[in-house]
Amino acid sequence: MADNLQPLHVPIKRRSFFMYAGATAGATALVLAGCSKDSDTTPSSTISLGTGDASVLNYAYALEQLEAAFYAQVAKAPAADFSATELLYFQEVAKHEAIHRDFLKAAINRDAPGKLLQDLTPNFTTVDFTKRKSVLDAAQAFEDLGVSAYNGAGKLIKNAAYLVIAGQIVSVEARHASIIRDFVSPGTFSDTADANGLDLSRTPVEVLTIAQQYITEKLDGSTVGQ
Amino acid sequence: MNIFQIISEIEKVDPEVYDRLDSRRSIFKHMTGLGQKLSAAALPLAVGAIFNKAYAQTPVGATVNDVLNFALSLEYLESYFYQRGQATAALQAGFSATNKAALDLIRTDEANHVTFLRSVLGTAAIADPGAATFDFTGAKGATPTAANAPFLDVFTNPLTYLAVAQSLEDTGVRAYKGGAPLLMSNKTVLTAALNIHSVEARHASRLRTMRRGGPLNNTASQSPQSGTLNASPKSWISGTDNGGASPAQTAGIYGAGNNTGAPTGVTFDAESNTTQGGAALTGLPNTTGFPAAAFSEAFDEALDVTTVKAIARTFVVNGSTFLA
Repeated sequence: MADNLQPLHVPIKRRSFFMYAGATAGATALVLAGCSKDSDTTPSSTISLGTGDASVLNYAYALEQLEAAFYAQVAKAPAADFSATELLYFQEVAKHEAIHRDFLKAAINRDAPGKLLQDLTPNFTTVDFTKRKSVLDAAQAFEDLGVSAYNGAGKLIKNAAYLVIAGQIVSVEARHASIIRDFVSPGTFSDTADANGLDLSRTPVEVLTIAQQYITEKLDGSTVGQ
Repeated sequence: MNIFQIISEIEKVDPEVYDRLDSRRSIFKHMTGLGQKLSAAALPLAVGAIFNKAYAQTPVGATVNDVLNFALSLEYLESYFYQRGQATAALQAGFSATNKAALDLIRTDEANHVTFLRSVLGTAAIADPGAATFDFTGAKGATPTAANAPFLDVFTNPLTYLAVAQSLEDTGVRAYKGGAPLLMSNKTVLTAALNIHSVEARHASRLRTMRRGGPLNNTASQSPQSGTLNASPKSWISGTDNGGASPAQTAGIYGAGNNTGAPTGVTFDAESNTTQGGAALTGLPNTTGFPAAAFSEAFDEALDVTTVKAIARTFVVNGSTFLA
């Protein structure tokens, strides 16, 4: 997570690119060639999230589909060893995530007609929904992943109104993450913060690499925000 | 004279320096040729010319620095609050081990935010306001009494301390959200601000959890909301939370802001808002039967700089221009 470890600086790639470029004129040509975008060799069976702000919205929509499906399943068939407060948490958050999902769907249909990402098929086979610990761990993973995803996506958004919307959602996800972490282990609510007090942010590709195990369809987020 | 050292130095003052140079291809190309043609002695002059070109077209991150200094001001407010509270033994005696550890962690995060923002701003950073700038009793520097200090026992009563802490964190979350559009010109700074924003939200959630469970509870997360939202809030904001921990002072934290000058499409609504992006959430499919509160809980709201400053000045002594 170079972005996270060196938050003071422009991402390493850019810096080293710049330094190389200044080194010799000869090397510059090579570096510039290396910087050009790779031709798209993604297999056609994968679903590209596309480009522009619509792609960022679809990226968020993909993650919210995943979260909403997860929480809906927990709320529908909760683990028997949940505490009463944990059960209430899942019932309430299931609603928040369903609202996020349906809001994004409506927003994409309105602002980018025809670009809506298809319904995804979640794959939660690695989660044992009958066991409190398994469900809590998965919920923590989803919430922390969601926070890092929105944090990393902010800079990819071009429309200020969408950026604020993303901010409005991410802080609610962070509130979820905080208490779910405390369910798992009291006092770990902000352990994701680094030595600068900064939370984690991840690129779409990094997020989807992690999220892919829970999604049947293959998603390509490499062009999100471009 | 090392050009990269120069750029590195400039970066301390202007985090956007790489963007400026990188985004202008002609300057960039110009520079690559220079390395071979010029002697080391001539280099500084050439570099100066390049930077003049790079900076001539845009102000030197004035807006970005203003927003960062605003954020730094709020971090000072939070940091001095926890610094004092966590160093007050009598107050800490009223917290369970887990709760004290949580508050220590929050104090550390806030202190780190101050250090971090100072390092980003470099010489553009505001001066450290010092502890005397703040009065967390709300008496604004006067001798605190029951009549003039709404949070009179803030550093002796754990409940009051948590109430003020929640208020500060919820304010911070709204402030960073409102500031985000003003940082869009600098992606690195924007990302850093977002990374602080979500940490503040984690703090706010934990403080709310602790207020539900009570200061001496070691597993506060297991306590459900009960009674009023003022004293027993959810871990997230529900409606306007009934005006927050102390409505006479904190209602504004959950209320609407001022939309004047807001970016297109951005509004600073009250936390009870259920219309997002111009569309009513309550009309969404698959949400039939959801309680009204769920729609407001699902989205936090942003707040404008002016309104945030007015709220924050509740804790600034009279006569100070801090956060004015």
